[in-house]
Amino acid sequence: MHYAILCYNDEDVVYSWTKEEDDAVMARLGTVHERLKTAGRLGPAARLLPTTAATTLRKATEPFVIDGPFAETKEQLLGFYIVDVESLDEALAIARDLAAANPGGAYELRPVSLYLPDPRTDP
Amino acid sequence: MTEAAWIAGALTAARPQVIGALLRYFRDLDTAEEAFQEACLRALKHWPENGPPRDPAAWLILVGRNAALDGVRRQARHTALPPDEMISDLDDSEVPLVERLDGAHYRDDVLRLLFICCHPDLPHTQQIALALRIVSGLTVAQIARAFLIGDAAMEQRITRAKARVAKAEVPFEAPGAIERAERLAAVAAMIYLVFNEGYSAGDAVMRAHLCGEAIRLGRLLLRLFPAEPEIMGLTALMLLQHARSPARFDPDGAIILLDDQNRRLWDVQRIAEGLALIDKAMRHRRPGAYQIQAALAATHARAARAEDTDWAQMDALYAALERLQPSPVVTLNRAVAVHKLSGAAAALALIAPLEPRLSAYFHFFGAKGAFLRELGRMAEAQVAFDRAIALARSPAEASHIRQHLDRLTQDSVPAPP
Repeated sequence: MHYAILCYNDEDVVYSWTKEEDDAVMARLGTVHERLKTAGRLGPAARLLPTTAATTLRKATEPFVIDGPFAETKEQLLGFYIVDVESLDEALAIARDLAAANPGGAYELRPVSLYLPDPRTDP
Repeated sequence: MTEAAWIAGALTAARPQVIGALLRYFRDLDTAEEAFQEACLRALKHWPENGPPRDPAAWLILVGRNAALDGVRRQARHTALPPDEMISDLDDSEVPLVERLDGAHYRDDVLRLLFICCHPDLPHTQQIALALRIVSGLTVAQIARAFLIGDAAMEQRITRAKARVAKAEVPFEAPGAIERAERLAAVAAMIYLVFNEGYSAGDAVMRAHLCGEAIRLGRLLLRLFPAEPEIMGLTALMLLQHARSPARFDPDGAIILLDDQNRRLWDVQRIAEGLALIDKAMRHRRPGAYQIQAALAATHARAARAEDTDWAQMDALYAALERLQPSPVVTLNRAVAVHKLSGAAAALALIAPLEPRLSAYFHFFGAKGAFLRELGRMAEAQVAFDRAIALARSPAEASHIRQHLDRLTQDSVPAPP
């Protein structure tokens, strides 16, 4: 069984950390990651850029793009993709393809600032 | 991260929104600031006991507002009743607070608070000091240190600036679209001033502090106005420039030029965020000065080595910036790109007409000296470099030109037979 562990916090606070504070948190997390890697439990992980860097594709009959994060509360998070692209436009093109296959709801596109590949397949 | 550090972070993050809302209620900056202080004191007492509230800003606004109203009522027992306009909306205090915070009110609150600091009568240094004090909550001592003046002098400067803006009568009604756009432009310029104050600071701690603060304010504006490409551009520009800061100075504090920086020291997270924001801004196809400057910074960020820089792209971007915002400084910067593309003679020809307007500009004479030296005109180069040293505003700038002069002397020494 795979679980996705989604990380929530106040981005105002987290992005006010100094480099030293941020490094200290990442170092502590690194220790936990190592333990999980050794146990073969850790899949891919990612740290996202703040919501100010997000763009949202609303899936209507004619999907449209909104600046900023997905802000509605009546839909729930049901899954996510990680895609490797050169630009936001490329990512949006993929999102439009997905939208055509699966209408309804929205896709929030959030750039990944740190990507840790699956240590079980990319040692 | 300890609980105390988390609370301090949450109070700082909530500050612009809370003071902005309290200012709308009480229409007086001092009252709003005092109410915020009081709310923070109560938060420090209650949050560790009861856990942090779901919405710290809403909690602080409610508590700060009630505390200030208590104060007004207490005073009222001793003095005459307060004028009605002092407490603008006592009647509807039953309206659920959450509903009020969701409203568009809140973004105009923050914008108004920032805009108050941009009063056109205030010199730039006072705008920056006021914003750092009121919006960011830096202490007078911290701001004084950034400006290299004494605490008392800074205290006086801020008090004067506050008195000036108190008389300005910025309207409290929600602004119309045009007025909002004007406020946004003024606020963006003020935030960039804060950034530049930090960027040029000699002290590394102050640099990180002010640049970090300006970026935080940029992100704040972006959350309030998510579809403004120039705000994306401004935030991207600051992120991309600040990303270079670990590589900009040597251990003695001397400036390391872009060409000579160790690019592995650049902050990849900030670069990623800056590039993502430029991507977002480009989709709007409404170019502006911040976006172009961000694109220039991005062109540097994308080059793994200085020699990989796309100078043709740089030249094209500077040309676009010249059209949008003609200025001799922009042309001077373009000359650097022209130098790389077409050589020193072409660059020198481009900047020659600028001299009357840039006769007091350090960088003009630095660049002129460098071009002349490359063309072998050593005596003229010497004159230009001497002029640059006389105009340097910091020891780092002066020592940078001295390196040029040293090289000049070495170059001029005839080769031993």
